[in-house]
Amino acid sequence: MTTDTTETDRIVHFELLPGARSWSFVIRRGFALRLADRRGGGNCSALFYNAQDKLERYNMADTLKAQHTACLTKGHVCYSDMGRILVSVVGDSCGWHDTISGVSNAALVRERYGEARYQEHRNAFHRDGRGLFLIELGKWGLGRKDLVANVNFFSKVVVDEAGRMAFIPGHSQPGAQVDLRAEMDTLVVLNTCPHPLDPNPQWSPRPIELTVYRAEPVAEDDICRTSCPENGRGFANTAIYHCQY
Amino acid sequence: MTEPMTRLTESTLDPATAVYDYTIPAGEPWLHELRKGQTLRILDLEGNQAVDTLFYNARDPAERYSAVDTIRAQGSIYLTTGSRLLSTDGNLMLTILADTCGRHDTLGGACAAESNQVRYALEKRPMHNCRDNYLLALAESVYDMGKRDLTSNINFFMNVPVTPEGRLTFEDGISEAGKYVELRAEMDLIVLVSNCPQLNNPCNAYNPTPARMLIWD
Repeated sequence: MTTDTTETDRIVHFELLPGARSWSFVIRRGFALRLADRRGGGNCSALFYNAQDKLERYNMADTLKAQHTACLTKGHVCYSDMGRILVSVVGDSCGWHDTISGVSNAALVRERYGEARYQEHRNAFHRDGRGLFLIELGKWGLGRKDLVANVNFFSKVVVDEAGRMAFIPGHSQPGAQVDLRAEMDTLVVLNTCPHPLDPNPQWSPRPIELTVYRAEPVAEDDICRTSCPENGRGFANTAIYHCQY
Repeated sequence: MTEPMTRLTESTLDPATAVYDYTIPAGEPWLHELRKGQTLRILDLEGNQAVDTLFYNARDPAERYSAVDTIRAQGSIYLTTGSRLLSTDGNLMLTILADTCGRHDTLGGACAAESNQVRYALEKRPMHNCRDNYLLALAESVYDMGKRDLTSNINFFMNVPVTPEGRLTFEDGISEAGKYVELRAEMDLIVLVSNCPQLNNPCNAYNPTPARMLIWD
């Protein structure tokens, strides 16, 4: 479980991201990003790119098959399509983060929550996950070709033996948090729209707290490095990339 | 919301009337256009052959097959008869009309030199792999496409179950010689296939084999 006490002198940035908004930031190697769902029931959709070469990006399939998992928790890492690690999940009080459900789009939001345009609602108008990703990606010269399968932090979707997917309501408890340590300079693109399978008909997107802090050095027995032999090789590949091997 | 699980359906189409008939040798790519209304049959000639497939809107290739939108909309992670394959823009690209295998994966992705290094050994990098097929086929094509266009694909005939505990496993295939899947194009498409050369896991029963592609108008 994550310790709640990040020493203040290690924090370099704090920000409250309101519900149904987007954010992007380069987390330098050796720094970490903590996402905290203070109210519970939140969702934070995320994509990751190598900040120096954004053609290298988070790869859902490679992440899942390398670690024999369909969800993420402490000890897992997010792989790029180049066999390297973008971020490691070094702390998690939630136990399960969804990787297979994607994000909402404008049609889905309109169908589930009704129409709420800017003209009538000003800044309370309804946003959708896809649209917010495209806006944030656009700031970095990225677009539809870069919109790949994402992670949905704080959300749980289970799959039964017949393959059916089921969203688990109330998975993220108030105060839930997850810590992501950058293993290379990583462009992190986030949005806080409701999970696309969340059946709650009320439009109530939750804020997520973002804390960027200086991480401890990666130890030889780091849980993300040692959780499976594949991750040992992933860390080795990432070290070679940094000319450290 | 439909919930396809395993729905075995045979086709009535006769291979003798197909307008196109090509057998992809083991381990090779295939890049081909499919017009709206045409039907594509992918035939597993010798059994348990993973056919790694990506689809693009031929008029706007930035619109492409979306694994996550497709499985979320149907509420099930496996593709079978009745599955509607959706694009990243939420549009219907293809419909699976017939399937004698019953289950196709879309979470396991394609193999690559670099992912083989992570999964098996750093020394595995020189082995042939699906992404090499994709990159070469696109580089030699008339399309202005490349690595940025490679996203989560379909693995026809491949069995990648997710357990209720959230584990992802590669299981022995449930396909066998002569099984096929048939899809109708709902828009003009570019189809990019790697007939998977993976030798490190059971997705091809350690023996990559040819796959036959048939198209009807």
